[in-house]
Amino acid sequence: MELRPILSALMRSRVALVLLGLQIALTLAIVCNSLFIISERAALMERPSGMNERDTFVLASIGFGADFNLKNAIADDLAMLRALPGVVEAAPINSLPMTNGGWSSGLSLTREQKTSSAYSAMYFSDDHGLDAMGARLIAGRPYRPDELGERSRKTKGWPPVIIITRALGNKLWPGQDPIGKSVWLDTDADASTVIGIIDRLQAPWVHNDEVVEFATLLPEVINEGAFIRYIIRTAPGQRDALMKTAEAKLAEINPNRIVREGKTVEKIRADAYSDDRAMMIILGVVIASLLIITALGIVGMASFWVTQRTKQIGTRRALGATRGAILRYFLAENFVITSIGLVLGAGLAYGFNVWLIQHYQTQAMPWYYVPVGCLSLWLLGQLAVLGPARRASRVPPAMATRSI
Amino acid sequence: MFGYYLSLGLRSLRRNPVLTALMVFGIALGIAASMTSLTVFHLMGSDPIPWKSDRLHVVQLDNWDINQAYDEEKGRLPDQLTYLDATALMAAGRADRQVAMYKVVLPVQPANDGSGPEVKPYLMLGRATYNDFFPMFEPPFRYGAPWSREQDEAMARVTVLTQTTNEKLFGGADSTGKTVRFDGVDYTVVGVLDHWQPRVKYFDLTVGALTESEEAFIPFTTAIDLRAQSSGNNSCFKAPAPGWEGYLASDCIWIQFWAQLDSPAREAEYKNFLDAYVMEQKKLGRFERPLATLLPDVNEWIALQEVVSRDVEIQVGLAFAFLAVCLVNTVGLLLAKFMRKSGEIGLRRALGASRGQLFLQHLIEAGVVGISGGLVGLALTGLGLMGVRALYSEFKTITQLDWTMVAVTLLLSVLSATLAGLFPTWRACRVQPASQLKTQ
Repeated sequence: MELRPILSALMRSRVALVLLGLQIALTLAIVCNSLFIISERAALMERPSGMNERDTFVLASIGFGADFNLKNAIADDLAMLRALPGVVEAAPINSLPMTNGGWSSGLSLTREQKTSSAYSAMYFSDDHGLDAMGARLIAGRPYRPDELGERSRKTKGWPPVIIITRALGNKLWPGQDPIGKSVWLDTDADASTVIGIIDRLQAPWVHNDEVVEFATLLPEVINEGAFIRYIIRTAPGQRDALMKTAEAKLAEINPNRIVREGKTVEKIRADAYSDDRAMMIILGVVIASLLIITALGIVGMASFWVTQRTKQIGTRRALGATRGAILRYFLAENFVITSIGLVLGAGLAYGFNVWLIQHYQTQAMPWYYVPVGCLSLWLLGQLAVLGPARRASRVPPAMATRSI
Repeated sequence: MFGYYLSLGLRSLRRNPVLTALMVFGIALGIAASMTSLTVFHLMGSDPIPWKSDRLHVVQLDNWDINQAYDEEKGRLPDQLTYLDATALMAAGRADRQVAMYKVVLPVQPANDGSGPEVKPYLMLGRATYNDFFPMFEPPFRYGAPWSREQDEAMARVTVLTQTTNEKLFGGADSTGKTVRFDGVDYTVVGVLDHWQPRVKYFDLTVGALTESEEAFIPFTTAIDLRAQSSGNNSCFKAPAPGWEGYLASDCIWIQFWAQLDSPAREAEYKNFLDAYVMEQKKLGRFERPLATLLPDVNEWIALQEVVSRDVEIQVGLAFAFLAVCLVNTVGLLLAKFMRKSGEIGLRRALGASRGQLFLQHLIEAGVVGISGGLVGLALTGLGLMGVRALYSEFKTITQLDWTMVAVTLLLSVLSATLAGLFPTWRACRVQPASQLKTQ
């Protein structure tokens, strides 16, 4: 295929060339960056919470009136919940991964240090907590019933034994075994000893990269005010039915309270990432609309050119050009225009990414986004131009002799 | 003349329905994308109380840890105050109006005595505040009035209900003077609000800008007396001493504090007062960090707390880049269309039409495309906003298209289509009549 006649033809309609090229360039820049943001969000959403999310749900209760005794209520509730057929485990808990609300505290490696070595989410539960969440202990041992305590405004100090996540252990003691090490949750109080390591348990704040993997499980039940939350794990497939039963039973055994609607951990996850999901959908719609608009633009311009050059095409056909040659001419012309646009677009795409990095602290886009985007747009251009090009190839040679 | 050009334009557009549809659709899509994102942006970022936003100020003090700033990443001061400072500033009363407040969750125990609808006990979001809250943030009253300053001081068991709560508990009737029971305590209703929903809950941004509105208000002093815990954000840099009293005396921050300052002079005066207050506290061993006090007004506060999320900003940027693509597309298509009419233009020129007349004629044709695109775009914007409401549950109340936005949409589309039409029109008008007529 000779490129020279194509180029000289294009030079005669520079404006159209610039417009189409610009459109393709902007399309490439937007599509690459949008796809990259989508992939970032997808990666964020794929991180496991460390819990068994399929079979778990939470229920909350808040008592009212002067006669309400939280401690007794918790004991009654747990006895009832754990006895329900189908419930594998139930435990009181102050907060859960992905709920975006909870207790965070600094941990120090020495009593003397002024600033904390790390910040961690604090989960308060009893010896059933780990199992109820479905989190996995990879080293050490779980809490024993004799290590349990409670926490209220009157509580001083911190428990002598704690369980932390593997990521938190790595942060505090890189490369060492955290079991048996001491850490201060309050430098004015006594240190706590690590007795167990959880494989993974996210903090409630999943959009905070600093602390998301740092969690501490404490053997204390919060006994303050009238509010309590339970995490309940059921046998597979029984979650939804048991959620209704548990809710009704809780209201039944103690009427002096409000039982808040149960929520599955799957729903908690969906809520936690709803903004990310929305962003992905919006960007997806933008990408789709953009590709449609660009494709239609190419079709429109190509049709115009074919009409404008009907006579020239006829002349070429009369001089011996085959239908295939005409078809290839328009395909090649589109390829040249798209390529020019893509060169410009590659620059724009990286520029846009740099702007995002500077203003929104996003990551750098991996190098392969632009080449893959270019390939897709070449393909899109060729497909879009195929219709008009075929129409051009059907122009009869006799057209050369006709005037319009 | 205008009418004639309009009919010429319409006829020309009808001649290539596919090309015309393509142009209208392109503009409509670009307009819809940019207007949808702009509406969200506008509603979240715009001034929620324009008539007095420059007179309402958040009080920010830096009582944080000497070794560690409150916000190391962005260098912001704490967004709330301690109980100690909030009550000291309330007692001093040096602003024109001031209010300390926090969020409480209270169980409501309906009387169900037959006087109102039958309601099961439920949890309610309340705000513990001072009587100045009402004249400062200006919620409209339907019945009654705010409680008095004396009632603040007396820790009175009084409440102001919102319209929805009054609807729920009293069927919407005038409930002033009646009692309601929250968490085992009887409160007398002194006032009922009319419908009130600021687009952004700017007076408390600590737990999200678009979270549910309050359902009732009670005096701050009453809530403290009843030891009602804050359900909002609470931050401590060291553990408070045991017990409720220990908590109140701690350096934990959990109270929002606003001051109304009616002139820049008053603002400067109040700033001096705050600085003096902090210096005084330093003598008592508090406020170990360098002196820092701030009085951001409503709009500064909304910007400081980043109410408009970065996702929304990126969406606006992308939407306008998208509009640019659509416009470039339209320029290309219009150019194709007008160049195709070269013969006709040449003929009209030869028959005596001036360049100016032809220019006007084609600009009107482009304008018609713009208006049609705008109208279709408006419909698509409505669809887009429905989509946004479905995607972001917390946007339910704010993503409504108002008349300003409708006007902006139409203006934007006509403007962009005319802009897109300028170059092709100019090119079309440069057609030499002789050369065009010759080839025929």
